[in-house]
Amino acid sequence: MSRKSFRQAINEALRQEMRRDPRVVIMGEDVAGGAGSPGEDDAWGGVLGVTKGLVGEFGRQRVLDTPLSESAYVGAAAGAAATGLRPVAELMFVDFIGVCFDQIFNQAAKFRYMFGGHAVTPMVVRTMYGAGFRAASQHSQCLYPIVTHIPGLKVVIPSSAYEAKGLLIQAIRDDDPVIFFENKVQYDQEEEVPDDPYTIPFGEANLTREGDDLTIVAFGRMVQVANEAADRLARDGISCNVVDPRTTSPLDTGTILDCVADTGRLVIVDEASPRCNMATDVSALVAQEAFDALKAPIRMVCPPHVPVPFAPNLEDLYVPNADRVEAAVRAVMRHQGR
Amino acid sequence: MQLNHEELRRAYRTMRLIRDFEERLHLEFATGEIPGFVHLYAGEEASAVGVCMHLTDKDSIASTHRGHGHCIAKGCDTDAMMKEIYGRKEGLCGGKGGSMHIADLSKGMLGANGIVGGGPPLICGAALTAKVLQTGGVAVAFYGDGASNQGTTLESLNLAKVWDLPAIFVCEDNGYAESTSSSYAVAGSQIERARGFGIPAEEVDGFDFFAVHDAARTAIERARAGGGPSMIHVRLSRYYGHFEGDGMTYRGAGEVEALRAKEDCLKRFRTRVTEAALLPAAELDEIDRAAADQIESAVQNAKKAKPPTEADLLTDAYVAY
Repeated sequence: MSRKSFRQAINEALRQEMRRDPRVVIMGEDVAGGAGSPGEDDAWGGVLGVTKGLVGEFGRQRVLDTPLSESAYVGAAAGAAATGLRPVAELMFVDFIGVCFDQIFNQAAKFRYMFGGHAVTPMVVRTMYGAGFRAASQHSQCLYPIVTHIPGLKVVIPSSAYEAKGLLIQAIRDDDPVIFFENKVQYDQEEEVPDDPYTIPFGEANLTREGDDLTIVAFGRMVQVANEAADRLARDGISCNVVDPRTTSPLDTGTILDCVADTGRLVIVDEASPRCNMATDVSALVAQEAFDALKAPIRMVCPPHVPVPFAPNLEDLYVPNADRVEAAVRAVMRHQGR
Repeated sequence: MQLNHEELRRAYRTMRLIRDFEERLHLEFATGEIPGFVHLYAGEEASAVGVCMHLTDKDSIASTHRGHGHCIAKGCDTDAMMKEIYGRKEGLCGGKGGSMHIADLSKGMLGANGIVGGGPPLICGAALTAKVLQTGGVAVAFYGDGASNQGTTLESLNLAKVWDLPAIFVCEDNGYAESTSSSYAVAGSQIERARGFGIPAEEVDGFDFFAVHDAARTAIERARAGGGPSMIHVRLSRYYGHFEGDGMTYRGAGEVEALRAKEDCLKRFRTRVTEAALLPAAELDEIDRAAADQIESAVQNAKKAKPPTEADLLTDAYVAY
């Protein structure tokens, strides 16, 4: 066990899996960097340095810099996975999924079912998501609801460095295509992370905090935001469950419903755009399956239905924060319905 | 021509099987018993067979929406294919894929593909697998003139060259992307496109099995020897519409009839091998009869076979979920 950043945890997961299994290769734009250039080899290790050092250990045969051709290399990852490799493709920003979506949702996601269960597609697409980097509309989106919508894909959103390492190792060992979301704001956040490889199973939510009054379900970085709000609320005697589902597909509906049954109140925090996102999905689930347990209407804390703005003051207004979560919880607690 | 007696028989038999499979589907589709839609490969047989004769199960191919010929040439079982096209549980994909998604990964057949331009990126991946795991295999992308205009195809040509992959790009140019002529929709030249990426490229007459077979040998031997990707532009035509039910109002008067009379890979093959006394006509006739029997039994078996059950709806979306 040692303190590691979110970035180091992911790098370590990749390194350990590449050592364990020679079929694991990584590919993407600048994942080593410097290919064919006169300067340093391993010049970047990914645009934010997440894969730094891997090319030195594994060589360019397994750490493959790609042209700026997401359609070609994400499709290649699908074809490689179907024929015996276990590729990890890096899609630098999830916003770029528009130019390779066919390869993800019509090809990789479909093979197993469409081919009658005879195909396996053990590929991972690692990708960055989220606002807060002043990166504006085309480098800040969440988009995990879009891939969650597609049967055949698994979707993982780690909330911390510990979670990232265990979930990424699980993703690489999984025989289905996995889209793995990394929040760019979290790469430098540190916590205690085991040095040895470990896995965290998909579809098993983590109850990051236990309470009696209200359940907060939050996704990815929003788990931290929810816990920050819950800390403040606890000082006023309001105790909250904070559920980190870890994966949106599969989704641990059982834990969510159990928590709602216990508390009778639900707030969902989702950084994705508010229409057809995880908040609406969980809200529908609870409305259908646990209506009688609810003591108050469900509240969703999401950004407004606009693209992510550039100006720092506007972006700060856009992203859900602890103040908004706290306000939502207090509003639910005040409800005098039944 | 360097084919021995058995190889010549196999080439003819496979082309004949594809022709009969497709001609029969044309008839059966009209009865309404086959769900969905089908795209027939009749007329193009020399391309699939000329290329796939050089491949084994360790080699991969990616096909197109017009995929039956590639499947048969790569060794897929015609009974299981026909059952799949009829939507039967015993079909190659359990009735969940249909005509446009027939695949048999055990044969290196990575699937027909409902997305035009879907195959070339997959083949870069299959070729990468062969290279990284040093299997000695190669990977072939069949794609049409329509797909030649998709960015995926152009990106894949580039990636295959950049990664120096054992990949072969076979552009089957049947002259029409749906109803739109390649003379309208394809700017420049297919082989010059490939050469622009530094990829060796060759144009061949797709009605001439031996021409395709020779070009494919060169390309595949180059790939197996570590010489990187190649491209073959196969000029051919289809005898039927884009899909069954297409009235082909875009084709010229008498165009298809003239093609069938003058441009038929099977007739050409027969003339060539009988005139050169490589195979007697009687032997070819016997292959014709056997192929007809095989297709007849595939159709009868498919008609008798059972559809999937309700439980099959929910299986195999994931390996484990």
